[in-house]
Amino acid sequence: MATLDSKVPSGPLADKWRKHKVDIKLVNPANKRKYEVIVVGAGLAGSSAASSLADMGYKVKSFVFHDSPRRAHSIAAQGGINAAKNYQNDGDSVHRLFYDTIKGGDYRSREANVHRLAEVSVNIIDQCVAQGVPFAREYGGLLANRSFGGAQVSRTFYARGQTGQQLLLGAYSALMRTVGAGTVELHTQSEMLDLVIVDGQAKGIIVRNLISGAIERYSADAVVLATGGYGNVFNLSTYARGSNVTASWRAYKRGACFANPCYTQIHPTCIPVSGDYQSKLTLMSESLRNDGRIWVPKNASDSGKDPNSLSEGDRDYFLERMYPSFGNLCPRDIASRAAKRVCDEGRGVGPTGLGVYLDFSEAIRRLGENVVRERYGNLFDIYHEITAESAYQKPMRIFPAVHYTMGGLWVDYNLMSNIPGLFVLGEANFSDHGANRLGASALMQGLADGYFVIPYTIGDYLAGQKSGSRPSVDGAEFKAAEQNIVTMTKRFLENRGKATVSHFHKRLGKLMWEYCGMARTKSGLAAALQKIAALREEFWATVLVPGSAETLNQSLEQAGRVIDFIELGELMCRDALTREESCGGHFREEHQYPDGECKRDDEKFGHVAAWEFQGVGQTPLRNAEPLNYESVKMSVRNYK
Amino acid sequence: MVAENTAKNLSITLRVWRQDGPQAVGKFVDYQSKDLSPNMSFLEMLDVVNDDLTLKGEPPIAFAHDCREGICGTCSCTINGQPHGPGKGVATCQVYMRTFRDGDVITVEPFRAAAFPIVKDLITDRSAFDKIQQAGGFITARAGSAPEANALPVPKPDADLAMDAATCIGCGACVAACKNASAMLFVGAKVSHLGILPQGQAERDKRVVAMVDTMDALGFGNCTNQYECSAACPKLISHDFISRMNRDYLAATVRAAFKAVSLGGSGGS
Ligand SMILES: Cc1cc2nc3c(=O)[nH]c(=O)nc-3n(C[C@H](O)[C@H](O)[C@H](O)COP(=O)(O)OP(=O)(O)OC[C@H]3O[C@@H](n4cnc5c(N)ncnc54)[C@H](O)[C@@H]3O)c2cc1C
Ligand code: FES
Repeated sequence: MATLDSKVPSGPLADKWRKHKVDIKLVNPANKRKYEVIVVGAGLAGSSAASSLADMGYKVKSFVFHDSPRRAHSIAAQGGINAAKNYQNDGDSVHRLFYDTIKGGDYRSREANVHRLAEVSVNIIDQCVAQGVPFAREYGGLLANRSFGGAQVSRTFYARGQTGQQLLLGAYSALMRTVGAGTVELHTQSEMLDLVIVDGQAKGIIVRNLISGAIERYSADAVVLATGGYGNVFNLSTYARGSNVTASWRAYKRGACFANPCYTQIHPTCIPVSGDYQSKLTLMSESLRNDGRIWVPKNASDSGKDPNSLSEGDRDYFLERMYPSFGNLCPRDIASRAAKRVCDEGRGVGPTGLGVYLDFSEAIRRLGENVVRERYGNLFDIYHEITAESAYQKPMRIFPAVHYTMGGLWVDYNLMSNIPGLFVLGEANFSDHGANRLGASALMQGLADGYFVIPYTIGDYLAGQKSGSRPSVDGAEFKAAEQNIVTMTKRFLENRGKATVSHFHKRLGKLMWEYCGMARTKSGLAAALQKIAALREEFWATVLVPGSAETLNQSLEQAGRVIDFIELGELMCRDALTREESCGGHFREEHQYPDGECKRDDEKFGHVAAWEFQGVGQTPLRNAEPLNYESVKMSVRNYK
Repeated sequence: MVAENTAKNLSITLRVWRQDGPQAVGKFVDYQSKDLSPNMSFLEMLDVVNDDLTLKGEPPIAFAHDCREGICGTCSCTINGQPHGPGKGVATCQVYMRTFRDGDVITVEPFRAAAFPIVKDLITDRSAFDKIQQAGGFITARAGSAPEANALPVPKPDADLAMDAATCIGCGACVAACKNASAMLFVGAKVSHLGILPQGQAERDKRVVAMVDTMDALGFGNCTNQYECSAACPKLISHDFISRMNRDYLAATVRAAFKAVSLGGSGGS
């Protein structure tokens, strides 16, 4: 069994981080340049980490599969980033942001990590403004805020509907500055395919150069993964097509524990699926719920009618009805399940019946079309592009879609996995959002991890490593890891089967959505485990991967990612099956209150499940990290 | 069936640029594709074509893509002679098949520019943009050193204008659209975004000079004021930012000629 020591510092919650920063070991400035750190990924978490570590004096190597770090999936975040600045004078505070996040996560996150996140949130905004991130401002020149789900204060900072883009470009500019200065060595179009462990510690990676096809070895004193989330296990999601689990998954297969894989977030406001060819689902930002009202017809018989023809009395504003105090701004898991429920009742709208209305007519009457256009114009444009419909004239049709994964590699308070020397940041780790993430909190976490946590905590590990002790890439462990990848690549290319990689991805996605999506059951999950295992066998028997290994080969890249998703899918179903409770994004139909809300079992499941690999097709070990709530009392979430 | 578009499915001829590698000779190859839904995106159409090619034992078409919602700047096809295709203010991934008619011949090529060598088929190497950014596309602000965010108010019009410039997605359509393969819109947008904001003043002169000089050194052409760049830009970034950059560049070079230089610090290199 793996040892899971959370290393949460002692002392009062609000003092832990301050105290920890004093207590942890430091590497002296002159010694820093003797240490090399590999950072895989350059989304918000990776680029902020790489540039910050380089600025401190460490030698950094940055790897991304994209052709430029600016293309990371973080670029697509729309709505905003939270911070407890209390600029609106509406009662926000570090404690309130902490509490909202814990509650939003349905009491399944680690208190100390979340408190630290809330503390450093204020520094993030300072940092981003200093870099030139053009946040929205008020006429007086000060920063503006908007509201997001799960909060009763206005603490979300934004840059039109392109907040992720602007934050990423800020972090990217810092990364480019350090690359230009020679303190970061940048490797684009380089995909990490294996983690190298020497004497039980993470000391390097194996990379495929996606242009030449060459397999390359890199060693370092520590390895940081900031490789994003795994929502594309569902095939259709709001993620960029290239987002994948490979880096995390290969680390898992080398012994890193995977925590709470079944915690996935389904976002309530996405454009519904249109056809079998569909490659992605497009998010309509949660910020729309500030002014848009969600409804379906009261009677199923009206669901085919023109929405504008239905009178107020014929409409059911179901979120406002069920959750009067949070209304349309209740958390995502709750809003998504409510939408599913009304569609299950036959009241869904649109050609497939899998849709609900998001209606701006009242906002347009109240504010005028120009104000609505200024606030949401670009989102309305996106909607129009995809559907050929105008949301100024007709309510949007939306449906929940996979959007974020709360689970990820297990990390301690220092963001180090159970493999010493392997750190995991951003969406790739599991730590801060429990069983459900609040809107505008992922960007906050990515930048918190990269700018303000890892610069301190990595020193605690590196100070214990002799400088110059970094292993050579000629060692046996590197050779073996490289051979592992060469063998796998050969297996793909020599298979000469009859079905494309995308065929398997689609089938996996359907299985996952049906059995491990918004609502899960014991029998469904048990069936899914069998079906996915069978799919894995079929994949190896019949997959067809064209081309060669010695050149750019997108089919080959996809094959590796999809087989990892298939194996991950099994783990997710196993995790969901074992967690005999409902919490946040994990909803087991057997465990609900009469009104359909999640019924947790804190006694039995008030812990993190961290899975340990035992071989493909073998049952992994389930380790548990108890969640000790010192400050907040675990209670039933209530948004009514 | 997102849109209530009842238009019937289409059949098209796809005329695609195929090129094995940077040194290889490329050529156009025709493919027939039938029964395409008008609600499909252009890239989804390529997915379908690629699956067919794979099953037929032919090499699939390499094309760049990621977010598929017009924000990452990865996709980069010239469709019927226009970078990102016919629509205004969209990237390749935001082109939908309903834009085309049954029986159309659609020509697809990579973005063409000397500074963007072809990697394979429709994929080009745009790392030159990263190099320009490395030269000066930043405000130096180490983590931990920033002042309180609201200590420095920024007039809303300035913030809005900076944001207009900052929406650039770095796709390179401006370069592909320009007959001189100029990168002035890309560079002008970054120079303006940072140069408009008060935070960006300290490095303003240094930034514009370094970025423009690097752009020239990387083999991008000159601007001859045709403004095809703005027209092709998926974010419709205004060419006004080019003139702003030119003014900044001139001012910076003039100031540099008369600037007193400290003998003590590191500023005198
Ligand atoms: C449409 C959308 C809108 C969103 N809006 C918001 C919002 O408004 N507010 C909010 O807080 N959150 C939002 N989120 C969530 C948020 O954007 C993400 O959780 C966050 O950006 C993830 O950042 P990251 O740095 O962890 O990873 P990513 O940005 O996903 O970056 C991953 C990086 O890892 C690299 N990589 C991955 N695997 C490998 C490998 N094997 N080898 C080499 N490199 C690799 C990639 O190249 C990339 O650089 C949104 C998400 C989506 C999908
Ligand atoms: S794929 Fe991201 S902009 Fe087109």
